[in-house]
Amino acid sequence: MHLKNNGKIVEFAGYLMPVQFEGIIPEHQTVRTSVGVFDVSHMGEVEIRGKDRTKFVNYITTNDASKLALNQIQYSTMLYPDAGIVDDLLVYNLEDRMFLVVNAANTEKDYQWILDNKQFDVEISNLSEGIGQLAVQGPKAEAVGQKLFDFNLSELEYYWATEVKIKDIPIILSRTGYTGEDGFEIYLDEKYAVRVWDMIFEAGKEFNIKPIGLGARDTLRFEMRYCLYGNDIDKTTNPLEAGLAWVVKFDKGDFIGKESLLKIKEEGLKRKLVGFEVVDKGIPRPHQEIHNEERKLGFVTSGTFSPSLKKGIGIGYVELPHNKVGTILKVIGKTPIDVKIIKGPFYKRGSHK
Amino acid sequence: MANIIEGVKYTKEHEWVKIDGDIATTGITDYAQSELSDIVMVEPPGIGQKIKAGDAVGTIEAVKAVTDLYACLSGAVTEVNDAVVADPSIMNKDAYGEGWIYKVKIDAPKEIDNLLSPEQYKELIAKS
Repeated sequence: MHLKNNGKIVEFAGYLMPVQFEGIIPEHQTVRTSVGVFDVSHMGEVEIRGKDRTKFVNYITTNDASKLALNQIQYSTMLYPDAGIVDDLLVYNLEDRMFLVVNAANTEKDYQWILDNKQFDVEISNLSEGIGQLAVQGPKAEAVGQKLFDFNLSELEYYWATEVKIKDIPIILSRTGYTGEDGFEIYLDEKYAVRVWDMIFEAGKEFNIKPIGLGARDTLRFEMRYCLYGNDIDKTTNPLEAGLAWVVKFDKGDFIGKESLLKIKEEGLKRKLVGFEVVDKGIPRPHQEIHNEERKLGFVTSGTFSPSLKKGIGIGYVELPHNKVGTILKVIGKTPIDVKIIKGPFYKRGSHK
Repeated sequence: MANIIEGVKYTKEHEWVKIDGDIATTGITDYAQSELSDIVMVEPPGIGQKIKAGDAVGTIEAVKAVTDLYACLSGAVTEVNDAVVADPSIMNKDAYGEGWIYKVKIDAPKEIDNLLSPEQYKELIAKS
């Protein structure tokens, strides 16, 4: 379907993916100011059924899945026993199953990891091949969605899901996204994806709705400082140093990686993921070193030009105690770039609720 | 398809050169701007700077990529396009026209023979 929209296509995790349509910056602005649609069917979905599904998901993830009400969603991580991150994911507590949404490139690895650690009375299936996912994102997303559903969409709150039909096509609808804007995501049998894509565009016509590629997905998530697996987190990083302590619940009982993570916490962190903006000009790029006046303190994990702030921004690991907000450090590119550590997301005016 | 215009010469580094007497005007090709996409910063050589053909003399940064700007011909820089420095997206919109980057006073006219014709550049792109 992207070929007819003149997308620039690349292969990613075995899928043909649109990187961009009219350009990263205009697409980025579309999502920040109006509404755009991403085809993110490459994302992986693993379903856990059986009476012990909550207990099992709680054992393989760090957040407390037992706190989830029916149809509620939480962000979480899965760890190796050494507290390195297997993946970050969304956990949906649906009526008769837990629905885990994982990163495309990790789907096979995650599925195998979940199978290898199977405990209790559960059935595990990898549904990734057959499920399509569309993300409708932007301040006008609710207005577009409202034309497609016959219930009051404003009642679906951030990080909640509902199983509904869109013109007889069963879908999982959730108020989630990876952009910092209001919006929703639709999971459905991939054979209906093109039909629903067309319905969304029909409904969004009056808002000048546009297709958005993966390039803008990355700049949008990055401005919110959302972590990207493979860049900012991976098996060599733990959730505490990545600033994800809020999804680690030590008091919930045993989970894979807990013992190592507690030890790391007691010994004290050596480094932390920080966000920084360029003081003058230049754009930090992944893998570049971060220095102070004397020596190397860390490295850039993500770096780009921020279309909203119109300057270079980055995130990277920095040795403690050099992670304080306001600290000026140097990113070592071809010419060193002065950067200042800042707090919170880079973009603070997102419409998500 | 990338637009390749007549009346200019090209380089392997995807730059174009328009020769006008002893002054050469340079920019990046339509193919280059399309590959880079979303150009957000350009650092051209400074006015008066002596540059040598083939040397990296500047930088172009796009949202997703960064690339060097290479001197097409040796000489002294006579002019820099302040408009593209202020708004580099002009290169995405009009690579061969308003998107020119700098001008140089040609030192060694025989270097012009090393540049590619539109036909040769077309072949180069077809292979990449």
